[in-house]
Amino acid sequence: MVNPPETQRTPSRRRWLAGALAAGAWHATARAQFRVEISGVGATQLPVAITKFRDEDRSGQSISGIVRADLERSGVFRIVDSSGDFDETSRPNYGDWRSRGADALVAGSATRLADGRFDVRYKLWDVVKGADLGGQAFAVLSADLRLTAHRVADAVYEKLTGDKGVFSTRIAYVTRVANRYTLRITDADGEGGQVALNSTQPIISPSWSPDGKQLAYVSFESGKAVVWAQDVLSGERRAIANFRGSNSAPAWSPDGGTLAVTLSRDGISQIYLMNPNGGNLRRITQSNAIDTEPVFTPDGKSIYFVSDRGGSPQVYRMPAGGGNPERVTFSGAYNISPAISPDGRTLAYINRNSGEFKVTTLDLSSGTVRTISDTVDDERPSFAPNGKLIIYATRAQGRDVLMTTTLDGRIRTRLLSSGVDVREPIWGPFGR
Amino acid sequence: MNHLRTSLCAALVSACLVGCGSSVKLDDAAPVVDAKPTPAGGAGAGGAGGASTAQSQVATVDATKIDPMAAGKLGRVVYFDFDSYALKDEFRPLIEGYARVLAGNKGKKMVIEGHTDERGGREYNLALGQRRAEAVAKSLVLLGASDSQIEAVSFGKERPAVDGHDEAAWAKNRRAELKDR
Repeated sequence: MVNPPETQRTPSRRRWLAGALAAGAWHATARAQFRVEISGVGATQLPVAITKFRDEDRSGQSISGIVRADLERSGVFRIVDSSGDFDETSRPNYGDWRSRGADALVAGSATRLADGRFDVRYKLWDVVKGADLGGQAFAVLSADLRLTAHRVADAVYEKLTGDKGVFSTRIAYVTRVANRYTLRITDADGEGGQVALNSTQPIISPSWSPDGKQLAYVSFESGKAVVWAQDVLSGERRAIANFRGSNSAPAWSPDGGTLAVTLSRDGISQIYLMNPNGGNLRRITQSNAIDTEPVFTPDGKSIYFVSDRGGSPQVYRMPAGGGNPERVTFSGAYNISPAISPDGRTLAYINRNSGEFKVTTLDLSSGTVRTISDTVDDERPSFAPNGKLIIYATRAQGRDVLMTTTLDGRIRTRLLSSGVDVREPIWGPFGR
Repeated sequence: MNHLRTSLCAALVSACLVGCGSSVKLDDAAPVVDAKPTPAGGAGAGGAGGASTAQSQVATVDATKIDPMAAGKLGRVVYFDFDSYALKDEFRPLIEGYARVLAGNKGKKMVIEGHTDERGGREYNLALGQRRAEAVAKSLVLLGASDSQIEAVSFGKERPAVDGHDEAAWAKNRRAELKDR
């Protein structure tokens, strides 16, 4: 068995990364649709070693590979020489690991049980202090090995940073190949993709319900924009807004009891609230302009939205039941697609300047505006549920692609797909 | 066809009698259709008017100016400037033509599909496309169609007519299409 390149000692992280990508050993399965490229130099990253889990080759999943990729993609960690045979029962030689440059070490195993399930275990050590930080054991079905690897990554991330990890969460997005559109759900790393909707007509604006069990979206299958709500597990769906004109931009309230939508039924695009079954419709904006792209604040009390009532599109905030909106974006003449961080403190949106569309953040208390992207065709930023990453769509080399970025814009990863355009990403909630 | 002719005739005659009620500036050469056409069988149809009209009078309707197919010859697409939903003068004859067709056939329905070029966000562009479609729809209604005959919808930037990433392509995508239903 040949050791994959990432286990060779390489002083330069970038060279190591290039070697790993070239060898294709980065991802667990050869048929992965996405490949991750990391650009940008991080500030201080925590060096960590993740050794190959004992017997993971026999499990069919590179569990350690998934953990390494997750931690690296977060931007918070860099992976150091992780060669050698270890498991959760090992007694690490801390001096050896320190000389490899590791501050932390993860080792584990994946043992097949008699009933066909797998017993996955790991342990985490603080190499600097020479301390055992504990571990976990999971008994899981073969089909859940990938999810379990993500859970290990989440646990390590939380133990070492204090923040919740998002590696076990899911994202939804839309793909397009010629006249075939799909609404797809994958793990946060782009793997394990499943199709929620197949169509020959466009699909836009998917939106997760807060419990992660439903997706609302806009489908043009009937010849115009109609809002649907679909149960992810069963595929059962209902058209919840199919009024005269266009129905779009669904957004769930944090308690899941209300949806905000944009309807043109009164002759102009305005924002309405409704129940998740489409009832109790009430209009909450009253302008002669375009009001659209509503999004609830995490406390459910306000709604950010886009309006061009001032002449060009800007982001406004109003009480969730409607009421006097106040303008929130003042930098630039075109600001759209607001997303609010889970702590309610940061607004991410798209700013157009000199024909370039870029993901921008606004610190709502200080008013500081920051451009965090270096591409020019960005769309629809969406926060990860731990507030540490933003996913968005952009264009690169003639393709629609998805990017994730840390909030300071320093670490960006590109999820490259082979031959399909991907757009409209939306990050799912915790709780899988 | 007879019904169409009668309705158009009635509308034309009543427009001439009542005068133009539209607030839209129109080319003087084109006949004006009243915003609220009178129903078939109204004043002037078939000469069933007042004492001043001779019983044998026949009013001539010049159908060459109300050719229902003329609108089709003018095309079915209205183009727009960047970031704009204003109807340009060059498309007024097209819209007038369809308005006449709709005014003359209350059973006829059309859908106006608004579009934008590829630049910008999908939802905002959906709303911009909707605005373009609504502008055409409002114009049709002002010129004689009924609100119930028309639905304005939008595809935003999702259905470009032309692939391309330059102004030549973008100009062809900023449009509203008039389609029969």
